[in-house]
Amino acid sequence: MLRLSRGARIGLGTIVAVVLVFMYTPLLLVVLNSFNAARIASWPIREFSLEWWGKAFASEPIRAALLNSVLVGLGATAVALLLGTLVAFALQRYSFFGKQSVNLLVVLPIALPGVVTGVALNNTYNQLLEPIGIQVGYFGMIIAHATFCIVMVFNNVFARLRRLSPNVEEASRDLGATPWQTFRLITFPQFRSAFIAGGILAFALSFDEVVVTIFTAPPGVDTLPLWMMNQMARPNEASMVNVVATVVILFSLLPVWASQRLGREISDRD
Amino acid sequence: MKRRAHLAGLLALPMFWLIGIYIFSLVMLLVTAFWTTDPFTSKVKPGFTLRNFEQLVANPAYLSTAVRTLVIALAVTVLCMLISVPLGIFMAKIAKPWLRALLAVAITLPLWAGYLVKILAMRVTFTDAGFFNWALAPFGITGPSFSITTVVLTLTYLWLPYMAVPVYTAIRQLPANLFDASADLGAGAWRTIRTIVLPLIKPAIIAGSIFTFSLSLGDYIAAKFVGGSTQMIGSIIASNINLNPPIAAAFAVVPIAFVVIYLLSVQRTGALERM
Repeated sequence: MLRLSRGARIGLGTIVAVVLVFMYTPLLLVVLNSFNAARIASWPIREFSLEWWGKAFASEPIRAALLNSVLVGLGATAVALLLGTLVAFALQRYSFFGKQSVNLLVVLPIALPGVVTGVALNNTYNQLLEPIGIQVGYFGMIIAHATFCIVMVFNNVFARLRRLSPNVEEASRDLGATPWQTFRLITFPQFRSAFIAGGILAFALSFDEVVVTIFTAPPGVDTLPLWMMNQMARPNEASMVNVVATVVILFSLLPVWASQRLGREISDRD
Repeated sequence: MKRRAHLAGLLALPMFWLIGIYIFSLVMLLVTAFWTTDPFTSKVKPGFTLRNFEQLVANPAYLSTAVRTLVIALAVTVLCMLISVPLGIFMAKIAKPWLRALLAVAITLPLWAGYLVKILAMRVTFTDAGFFNWALAPFGITGPSFSITTVVLTLTYLWLPYMAVPVYTAIRQLPANLFDASADLGAGAWRTIRTIVLPLIKPAIIAGSIFTFSLSLGDYIAAKFVGGSTQMIGSIIASNINLNPPIAAAFAVVPIAFVVIYLLSVQRTGALERM
């Protein structure tokens, strides 16, 4: 074990405590401010009220934005699940020239700044496709989101495939199963939980994305983050943003809880 | 031969997507950077000019923005390292198992709290009439309000988990007998950390720094909402994309160049496989 003096232990503990306070105080302030009766977030809060909660739940733009976020997230996740799994199989089961490049290509969309991805796709949509009569519209967002979601599925499925023993699949083929039967009955159940975990992460990433969305959303269409951003730029309606942010914070606990459960299932099996 | 066909079948669709849409768009963006804009109609005209790139260097506002962005990204990366290493050591080697499990959840939880939510949270915290100034008022101190300092703090807040999680995992995987051997040979804790821990977790730090560096480099929403008048590369790209796409495209090359140089220089360390 690492032997540290008492002073060093206390010093390290203090750093950890300060970091945690810095991480959670701002989030707590948002939650408290969602109950602030004032129009603008402030501290200390003079009067508490549920007014903004009521207004947020009745708001038509928020509902529309939420629906858009869910639709885009589901579309992008479906594409990412397919493409990410295909690449994971290719890179895990075969060795070929350019393997490193394919790996880099999958990572690139999240390694490069979002503004670059957004501007590049915006340029393709508006300067190249529109002049020849192709309007990507709503699909522009889904295409953009799917591109940077692939890596989430890829990482999860690839890591799982690496640990699978090929013996089971060989046994299945020796016993006369067709390749499709082997995949459906033997291979897929073995990486299913990684597949689902990757899908959840992809959806969460898409749901949270704002920069690429700014440049690829068709005019007049808001996702939830876009709606929030527009509200933040408009100082008068600030308090409703805190309500939406509080709901997002609460919902963000769901994927964490789910991936913890899936993670436990994985470690139980090991 | 059959294996080849299988491989092609697996890769066809993903490669069509990633190369046919994504790489194609990046290349076209690069090409647009050499085009011109008609100053009256603001229509893009194909051609070849290096004027957009000249602007990056010749225009002092552009150059200082590029330098400022690089400084911010480096500051965020260094700050994340300085926090992650003590955090990782405490969690992996000092904390009791129950505290370790709790902290592991505690540092990953805000990762999913939402990017804009966190920027909003920092805005609420650091605004003039906000919590930070209120808490420091009794000591006669005013906080940084909306400034470049707040941008660095906010970006650190956003991207810290990307560094903290791999660093913690790497420190946890260090075998305990290394520490015993180091202590038996007379090294103090500080020396053990410097000569044993740091070299061994270097790949994890590099993997984390790819995210903290690249994500900070391209960000401009934080600058917009907590930076006051602070401009970053992304601010200039975003404000030019509709009026003057070629200059926006030329500016987009700057973070790509920074990130590609960074990725290529760390690829040899094997850090990419850990991502």
